Amino acid sequence: MEALMSLIVGVLTACGVYLLLRARTFPVVLGLTLLTYGVNLFLFASGRLTIGAPPIIDTQATQYTDPLPQALVLTAIVISFAMTAFVIMLSLKARAELGNDHVDGRETPGDQP
Amino acid sequence: MTHLVIAPVLLPLLAGILLLLTRPLLPLGVRRGLNLAAVAGQVALAVWLLTLVDGGAILTYNLGHWPAPFGIVLVADRLSVWMLLITALLAFFALLHAVRGTDRGSRHFHTLFQLQLFGLNGAFLTGDLFNLFVFFEVLLLASYGLMVHGGGARRVQAGLHFVVLNLVGSTLFLFAAGTLYGVLGTLNLADLAVKVAALPPENLGPVRAAGLLLLAVFALKAALVPLHLWLPAAYSSTSAPVAALFAIMTKVGAYCLLRVETLIFGAGAGELAGLYADWLWPLGLLTLLLGSLGALAATELRRQVAYLVVVSVGLLLSAFGLATPAGIAAGLYYLVHTTFAAAAFFLLADLIAEERGSLADRLVPGPTVRRVGLLGGLFFFTALLVAGLPPLPGFVGKFLVLRAALETPGWPWVMAVILTSGLLGIIALGRSGSLLFFATQGATNQGDSIPSDSPGKSGGSAWPTLGLLALGLILLAWSGPALEYCAAMADQLLDPQGYIQAVLEPPGAGDER
Repeated sequence: MEALMSLIVGVLTACGVYLLLRARTFPVVLGLTLLTYGVNLFLFASGRLTIGAPPIIDTQATQYTDPLPQALVLTAIVISFAMTAFVIMLSLKARAELGNDHVDGRETPGDQP
Repeated sequence: MTHLVIAPVLLPLLAGILLLLTRPLLPLGVRRGLNLAAVAGQVALAVWLLTLVDGGAILTYNLGHWPAPFGIVLVADRLSVWMLLITALLAFFALLHAVRGTDRGSRHFHTLFQLQLFGLNGAFLTGDLFNLFVFFEVLLLASYGLMVHGGGARRVQAGLHFVVLNLVGSTLFLFAAGTLYGVLGTLNLADLAVKVAALPPENLGPVRAAGLLLLAVFALKAALVPLHLWLPAAYSSTSAPVAALFAIMTKVGAYCLLRVETLIFGAGAGELAGLYADWLWPLGLLTLLLGSLGALAATELRRQVAYLVVVSVGLLLSAFGLATPAGIAAGLYYLVHTTFAAAAFFLLADLIAEERGSLADRLVPGPTVRRVGLLGGLFFFTALLVAGLPPLPGFVGKFLVLRAALETPGWPWVMAVILTSGLLGIIALGRSGSLLFFATQGATNQGDSIPSDSPGKSGGSAWPTLGLLALGLILLAWSGPALEYCAAMADQLLDPQGYIQAVLEPPGAGDER
């Protein structure tokens, strides 16, 4: 399971970085989203992976999973969700103000925005 | 356990919520007054805390009464409170400038302003790595709103770069925090310091990687080369009061670098001791050089000032990178001066741009500006302050950094780069001063076209700028006590045992349980 998890984190991060380096705002926003998915899974795994163990005190439980990464991931998900919403609004505003969706605000490098 | 430690975090949060809820009810004048009162309250709180920690006490506050390292802890030591005071004073004058009319540009300026302070104060006070991330997000989200406040194509475009870069920075921060938690099992800064000091050799690699990831994140916030490229565009395109407030934003990065450098990777960290210091001073010197070249090449005054902010970050971090008591104390003294001076310069650039109408702050010869005596005089004074010429505090700070550098092996480099960049800064400022005030053509500008983001203001008051410059003079006049305090801060930082003990074994913790 560890191998699968690290593979997923790696692929998500690689795709995120690739998309971040694109020139248009839509792929960049998608890249940011993939990157946050990758980091959320990574945070989740930082408390070690255990299956079928409760995170809170249980009389029948023989082993527990670390509850802190779950709390951290919840916080990180909320924050990244809000940030994604904000960056989408900003991209739409940039599209409206600059007339195109290029991250530099111009179609070809020589043009003035 | 004193509850005063959390007050600088709660006050701006509550004030921000109040300002948000009262927006439809109260006229703008009352809300301006409320906001100013809240910021003045933060100045008072910071002074109060300063009197408490001045003797070397470290105040802690366990949120929800969870003992550290299990709960989140707020820590007020000399450095945190010093930063709180600088932030509150800076915010007060930036806000005074904003209430002249800039705050009409969007509906939630005052709320965002308070939330920005909430994030800043929280970042300075927190003693928990993940909580630091959360406060970073709070201050960044508020800064995104303030950054594009007023709108305009240039501002939105620079804002987009600023936001995307900082979001990537946040992701890296989470990767670093996750790695540290995975290896060390804690996120409390004091506990991290203890765990890093007793690190088994097989775990060195991941911790070193996480530490350097954190270095990259903080360097991005502090605008350290090669991660400085976002700053000139962002600071020069936003509105003046926001740019003035952002003068503290790079200092948040510098603060975090200093805190982690001394607390976690300090002398007691075994294998990993000096992990940050080895990177900070070469990168700081490179930042100084590239920033000076940028200031020389700038074609607009505000962009030039933004590059001078980069220069000041370079000097600050090379001083912190010396990792000696004298170097850190000199850097902390310089930090105060440069924050106020850069903010005053941004406000002044706005005043000059207003007078020049459609030429704005471009460095080209134009008609003689109105109030040329006042503005020219202020420009001359601010330029001297920023360039660090005697007898102003910039000079004192620079001199102390140079003197501290003499005790370290890399001193020829530090000397050469700081003195060269000082010369380049003087040349750049001298050129812009002559272009703005001497190389004039024709009659006085009649104020025909006022820039679009400043509706209904004319002949803006120079009082906020004067106030910030006066703070610089106060710093100079009270250099003795200020330097003593800076030296005490450096001593406290370089002896992290006090911090660790205050957080992990607070007096009286045993009998409360």
